[in-house]
Amino acid sequence: MNKDTVVSDSQNWDIVITGNNSGTKVNLKELWRYRDLLSLFVKRDVITVYKQTILGPIWFVIQPILTTITYMVVFGNIANIGTDGVPMILFYLIGITLWGYFSDTLNITSKTFTENAGIFGKVYFPRLILPLSKVASGLLKFAIQFMLFFVAWLYFWIYKKAIHPNIYILITPLLVGLLALMSLGFGILITSMTTKYRDMVFLITFGVQLMMYATPVIYPFSKLASSKWRIYVLLNPLTSIFEAFKYAFIGKGFFSPFWLVYSLVFTLMILVVGVITFNKVEKRFVDTV
Amino acid sequence: MDKNIVIKADNISKQYRLGQVGTGTLSHDLKRWWAIARGKEDPYLKIGMENDRTKKISSDYAWALKDISFDVKQGDTLGIIGKNGAGKSTLLKLLSRVTTPTIGSIKVKGRIASLLEVGTGFHPELTGKENIYMNGAILGMTKKEISSKFDEIVDFAGVELYINTPVKRYSSGMYVRLAFAVAAHLEPEILIVDEVLAVGDAEFQKKCLGKMGDVATDGRTIIFVSHNMQAVQTLCKSTLYLRSGNVADAGETSKVINNYLSKEVSNCLLKEWKDTDAPGNETITMLRARVIPQLANEIDPITVATEIDVEFDFTLNVSDLYLNLSLFLYSASGNCIFNVGSGAKALSKGKHTSRLKIPGRLLNDGIYTISLLFVKNTTTHVLKIDDVLTFEVFDENRDGSWFGKWEGAIRPSLDFSLT
Repeated sequence: MNKDTVVSDSQNWDIVITGNNSGTKVNLKELWRYRDLLSLFVKRDVITVYKQTILGPIWFVIQPILTTITYMVVFGNIANIGTDGVPMILFYLIGITLWGYFSDTLNITSKTFTENAGIFGKVYFPRLILPLSKVASGLLKFAIQFMLFFVAWLYFWIYKKAIHPNIYILITPLLVGLLALMSLGFGILITSMTTKYRDMVFLITFGVQLMMYATPVIYPFSKLASSKWRIYVLLNPLTSIFEAFKYAFIGKGFFSPFWLVYSLVFTLMILVVGVITFNKVEKRFVDTV
Repeated sequence: MDKNIVIKADNISKQYRLGQVGTGTLSHDLKRWWAIARGKEDPYLKIGMENDRTKKISSDYAWALKDISFDVKQGDTLGIIGKNGAGKSTLLKLLSRVTTPTIGSIKVKGRIASLLEVGTGFHPELTGKENIYMNGAILGMTKKEISSKFDEIVDFAGVELYINTPVKRYSSGMYVRLAFAVAAHLEPEILIVDEVLAVGDAEFQKKCLGKMGDVATDGRTIIFVSHNMQAVQTLCKSTLYLRSGNVADAGETSKVINNYLSKEVSNCLLKEWKDTDAPGNETITMLRARVIPQLANEIDPITVATEIDVEFDFTLNVSDLYLNLSLFLYSASGNCIFNVGSGAKALSKGKHTSRLKIPGRLLNDGIYTISLLFVKNTTTHVLKIDDVLTFEVFDENRDGSWFGKWEGAIRPSLDFSLT
């Protein structure tokens, strides 16, 4: 076969199945073709979670309400950590809502391969569809929980006049997007690294819990002003996102364009590394999972 | 290059690691990674044994498939046959992109949909309708395509009444029918099907095969994997016969099937003993036992129509014994199909032969084992030899459109008239 036929040959085929790991590019065209599957996965997640419950989606808001009350009692009153003068309900509610979205999405996407081995072993579709659908269904849950925060926020802003939101509220979609992409990036990286050797799984489950304490969820960042830990907490890419959120909505918080850009770059990097690793692993994981 | 080729498999091999994932695999992974990092070849690709279940494990790696090449043209129906463990499922997994070959490549033109199981992605909490969309989308259809086929699917499955009920309330039959209905209405250029015919009742099987036939006549390409030679024979123009991960034969279906049947029979049609290892005792010594199928052509398989002779040669070590033989025929599952006795006879010392004729059209298809018992004076057991012979009876080419397993321990030809 001469060179010309090889070239025309490769152009003719729609799919080439090989064991070569060289293909690191994401097949966006194919992802797009399966967009209906993505939306159906989201729909399935949303409607199956609370099937056969009486309260249904109300459970989405009961969780953060109960958690907020617990935090108010434990961290606010017993431990007396303080909230930088922000009404306690608002302070904990925003932290819990943001953290909940990040950790839920991370936890579920980091099990993509192991939990879906059955379906992956039987049929092909772009594997990335599944973690993407988890990010999207998590976003729906987040939106409902955010409405709860929104109501409390309106109350404290308009009725109580206790907080001072500002124009940075407009960057909310960017902040949420960063959270979504970061949890996705971490999640698919972890699931790719734990298909064969599961050791990491043990680390991840409590690691995510511990990471909450390295993020200003239950304490205000201002409390670290003169602490040697301040820089470490800042290096946590979640910190600037959480703080920007608080600053925009409540007027109290640490807003730094520099650290936001740091988070953005970090997110993009983890996403790229995650997608590349995921693409490599998805071809063969069925054999080792 | 032939323009009509839609699937081109080029020297594909698939290696699997045996045993558990643990520290041993980590050290192999590290060595492999180190070799590749230095630009060398994967050291573990050179080793590995043929995937033959009859041999003992001698390596950590096994080749489930080794150097398989084939082309499929557009509109072809290709059957893939082989015993369990021959590599059929692995090949299907590669074709349906569930996993990738260790070496080699498969090139495909057009959309592939694979049915390695029916109802993939069915969620018990979702209703029939929701699951149709879910399952259809997983199999590669868009919402629009599913909507346009929705009524047809519901009609085919016969579940109109229950379409808004969660499928966890469905009977297993309804569940399977719905699942197959979705799959049957896929319209990919290439359809890969694995043994789905094994599910459902006879009527539904018929419906499924009919549907597959329709798909084939539409000019679409089908790859069909089955143990059911009848179905393969009817549906497939050409067939690929896999054996221990290699292509044992390929080509025109009936030729390949005959080859398969003659090679894969796990028969023990003949046993001959030397004096030292012969089963026996002070009264009787076995010499030979054999199954002699009355076939026109020696390599033909034994079918349900074949007349079979069973013959035993033995030496009587004592003189003047009043002896008879009793033969037990067991099915593969261990049920005794029948027990027949020879007439009792006073025999002199020396060699004797006993012969049983099993007529054609008595046994059903399946694997049979023979045990033999010698009885003296019609009451006392002298010698019992278990599992002395084994043979397999295959189904014959059947007309009609039903290819399921014929029920029953035996399949006699009886006079059954209808006026």
